[in-house]
Amino acid sequence: MAVPAIREVRSASPGFDWREGLVWVGALLGGFGMYMAILFAPEEATMSHAQRIFYVHVPAAWVGFLAFAVVFVASAAFLWTRRRAFDLAAHASTEIGVVFTTLAIISGAVWGKAVWGTWWTWDPRLTTTFMLWFIYTVSLMVRAYGGPSGQSARFAAVLGVVGFLDIPLIHLSVLWWRSLHPLPVVLRTEGFGTGLPPQMLWALLTNVAAFTVLYILLFSIRRAQLAAQDALSAQQEQGRRTRPTAEAAKEGWR
Amino acid sequence: MSVLAAVRHLLWKDLVLELRTREILATMTLFALLVAVVFHFAFSPGPADAARLLPGMLWVTLAFASTLGLSRSFVLERDQQCLEALRLFPVDPGLIYAGKFASNLLYLLAVEALLLPALGGIAGVPLRPALGPLGAVLLLGSVGLVAVGTVFSAVSVHTGMREVLLPILLLPLASPVLINGARVTAGILSGRPWADLLPGVRLLIAFDVIFVVVGYLIFEYVVEE
Repeated sequence: MAVPAIREVRSASPGFDWREGLVWVGALLGGFGMYMAILFAPEEATMSHAQRIFYVHVPAAWVGFLAFAVVFVASAAFLWTRRRAFDLAAHASTEIGVVFTTLAIISGAVWGKAVWGTWWTWDPRLTTTFMLWFIYTVSLMVRAYGGPSGQSARFAAVLGVVGFLDIPLIHLSVLWWRSLHPLPVVLRTEGFGTGLPPQMLWALLTNVAAFTVLYILLFSIRRAQLAAQDALSAQQEQGRRTRPTAEAAKEGWR
Repeated sequence: MSVLAAVRHLLWKDLVLELRTREILATMTLFALLVAVVFHFAFSPGPADAARLLPGMLWVTLAFASTLGLSRSFVLERDQQCLEALRLFPVDPGLIYAGKFASNLLYLLAVEALLLPALGGIAGVPLRPALGPLGAVLLLGSVGLVAVGTVFSAVSVHTGMREVLLPILLLPLASPVLINGARVTAGILSGRPWADLLPGVRLLIAFDVIFVVVGYLIFEYVVEE
């Protein structure tokens, strides 16, 4: 039934809206993160202020990967259970992932121009990210042109599973090339965050937290939008079936 | 019906159709040769460069030719409701994948058998001494290309964009095959030791195994109504 679905979306949180709470948490974290990135964290010796792009670039890339991991899990769950909720989650997460990966690529290019002296190079990590961007952009295209909604959801889910499994292989196959991208500084075998001075690490972690909150927020809003859109079109479909339009009625009288 | 018999029936159906129309093989081969010639004139390599450019030319040509063949593969099934008939075939849908995979692989291998000597001739690079290893790499790469391509050929034929969608679905996903195929081919042609080529070959094998299995498992979700 279409009508209860819409009501459900509208009254998901009758008293305290947790999304509103998240907006506040995110705004606070984001503001604090920007303060940490610009004023608190020390200036990097060789890269100077260009290094501060890192506090946006790394969180954006992290959210991109997180979003695609969610797409993989939701796609597999959708194929397995056929529950529409998983498809909506995969769809919402794909869109957010593409946006944040784009942001990571652009911010990385600006940084690269300042530090490497070139906008782009075919480093393994850059190439992998670019391919990732491609695969999920195509997945949005499959949703857009995939015909009836059930079918395009299935196809996008197939791509979500196959594409994610392909990522390690793409990464490995370009890894032989000489790597220019800075090595990981947070998750290292020597211990968590040992590659960074503590102030930089805290600035980074604050921004990662802020971006993660932003992801959760965007994800829940987009998911609710898609669910509402679903419910609306179901209702329209039902209306078309039960109540003949003026033209159809005229057609009937003729 | 046993697994082998089912796949054999499906393969036989495709081969009979192809032998009657000669649609896929003829277009793929001609297209591959044309691409190879265009490449050669676009780069106009001297004798020294020819061997260096050949691996890239070979694998890009194969990628293009395989998209052409693969997109035909399910267009034929869609026309005149053949796909509905195929779905009625009383076997696990994964076996329909296996049958289509087998016929697509055969077409691609046939094209390669013609393309390889032709490309060697066009570029003026003697390929005969390295024919064994080259054949092995081409086989590994073709299995990977076709494993992914067969799934996405079935996907793209159902979408509004039809054949146009297949290349942009296939090329990013098959990039490990193309990258490693070209690198290993280059290694073979320049006579690098076997140990240098091993990581690339291993990756091709891993890709083949993963995507043949995933294709088999996931195909039922692609063809269901």
